[in-house]
Amino acid sequence: MALTLDDVRRAAHLARIAVDDAEAAGALAQLTLVFGLIEQMQAVDVSDIAPMSHAQDLVQRLREDKVIEGNQRAQFQKIAPEVEGGLYLVPKVIE
Amino acid sequence: MSNATLKELSANLAAGACSSVELSHEFINKINNLNKSLGCFITVDAERTLVQARAADARRAAGSAGPLTGVPLAHKDIFCADGWLTTCGSRMLSNFVAPYDAHVVQRCNDAGMVTLGKTNMDEFAMGSSNETSYFGPVRNPWNLETVPGGSSGGSAAAVAARLAPAATGTDTGGSIRQPAALTGICGLKPTYGLVSRYGMIAFASSLDQAGPMARTAEDLGLLLNVMAGHDPRDSTSLERPAEDYNRDLARPVAGLRIGLPKEFFATGLTPDVQRAVEAAITEYKKLGATLVDISLPNMELSVPVYYVLAPAEASSNLSRFDGVRYGHRAAEYTDLMDMYKRSRAEGFGAEVKRRILIGTYVLSHGYYDAYYIHAQKLRRLIAQDFTKAFKQCDVIMGPTSPTTAFRLGEKSADPVQMYLSDIYTIAVNLAGLPGMSIPCGFDGSSLPVGLQIIGNYFDEARMLNVAHQYQLVTDWHQRTPPGVK
Repeated sequence: MALTLDDVRRAAHLARIAVDDAEAAGALAQLTLVFGLIEQMQAVDVSDIAPMSHAQDLVQRLREDKVIEGNQRAQFQKIAPEVEGGLYLVPKVIE
Repeated sequence: MSNATLKELSANLAAGACSSVELSHEFINKINNLNKSLGCFITVDAERTLVQARAADARRAAGSAGPLTGVPLAHKDIFCADGWLTTCGSRMLSNFVAPYDAHVVQRCNDAGMVTLGKTNMDEFAMGSSNETSYFGPVRNPWNLETVPGGSSGGSAAAVAARLAPAATGTDTGGSIRQPAALTGICGLKPTYGLVSRYGMIAFASSLDQAGPMARTAEDLGLLLNVMAGHDPRDSTSLERPAEDYNRDLARPVAGLRIGLPKEFFATGLTPDVQRAVEAAITEYKKLGATLVDISLPNMELSVPVYYVLAPAEASSNLSRFDGVRYGHRAAEYTDLMDMYKRSRAEGFGAEVKRRILIGTYVLSHGYYDAYYIHAQKLRRLIAQDFTKAFKQCDVIMGPTSPTTAFRLGEKSADPVQMYLSDIYTIAVNLAGLPGMSIPCGFDGSSLPVGLQIIGNYFDEARMLNVAHQYQLVTDWHQRTPPGVK
């Protein structure tokens, strides 16, 4: 199945990455090469195999329900692009 | 002193033959002289380094020094280090001063080790040549026209050029082992879960693992002793009793069963690499090891499987970089969506964007089963191949990389050619096994060749023993690049 320019534009939108026409065309050429490699997977029948998401079979640990970290807002906001009054600023979302 | 091993530096510090401040000055001077031509470090901060060195000397004077107190090392710039610029090789984080320490950094600091700086790397650890870094390529000290491998290329080149006695690295598909092989040093990727990922900027969380890079197997063990340990802040960090990874170094390898997968010696392997690896295996035979022919039949699928799973995890992990709370924000935008899109388009380089697009695509509606779930099923087959193999042998050996260091730009045009650099290393990450690379010779152009040693889960001490016994009877690990002292 051949990848199309629309596929690239749709993935770029979902990934929130701006691409112009030239970039989308370039990405299509490179991704077509990569998917040529990836398609080799389809030669193997895996219908009876359970998916493996992780190397270790772990269960999520629970920790005690108590406060372990203090408020570090000022420290974290020192490296923020734009803050005001302890809030992170972004363009207006709701009119 | 800069050509000494960690073990020798530790002994010299303990004997009072030098101070940590003196050692640090020596390495900082070397870095200042050579970093321009090699590009190993993104950040050095002599004052910060010397504060740690003075504290280490004071700790020694107070009688509370550990084995590595006062010993300098370099950290890959993927590890957050409190107060240090931590870029992950990306424009996206080119202004990010970490507000806390990664667990690995914290453990090194607690041991009294001294941070020489943050090393260059492929952007977000995505690359096999260190050419995708926003801060420029790293050059291989053995030949400045060639790459050091990647993604831990800065750490590898720094150790090879003796700008640091050891360094931390991370390995998602070969990023410790392949650069170690290409620069003639040693590198170990531990069993998944042995070293905490807390504060290590995530690429593919089910595969990422930190490990040591150094000059000898023994030094790898010394540094792994510091780096490994349970951390409740990483939900995949394993709770295991502490162990001394160097406890078995002296054990003879007579009787060791070495598995040789036929897939590691098939087409694609360059003759010089094959010759050096086979010579190393002959050396083991002389030491009394027995050779077992094995097969990892699904190994050739590891590269396509990896290029579904790793980008899928990356596309999710890297969604946090949105220009809101930290990192790069575009200067101009029309609304919030435009701010996200422009900040990410400007902040990420071409390879990172390519992998985010692959990952987003394979996770998107209609393709998830055909790609992502299919790849996860193959991952199990690949892991099962190793389980079967380890019933017949104690360790598996083969080449780390199909070639020696290639020229800068040689593989930049075709991503698939670059991805195939990791054909022998990726399966180990998919299975979660420990793997290491040690120097085992040179090709016709005097570029180093790496021998890969793969162990069963939690067999790091055995692997270090196997590597150490080889290093007792060979001197490949003692060779230095031209002009390096």
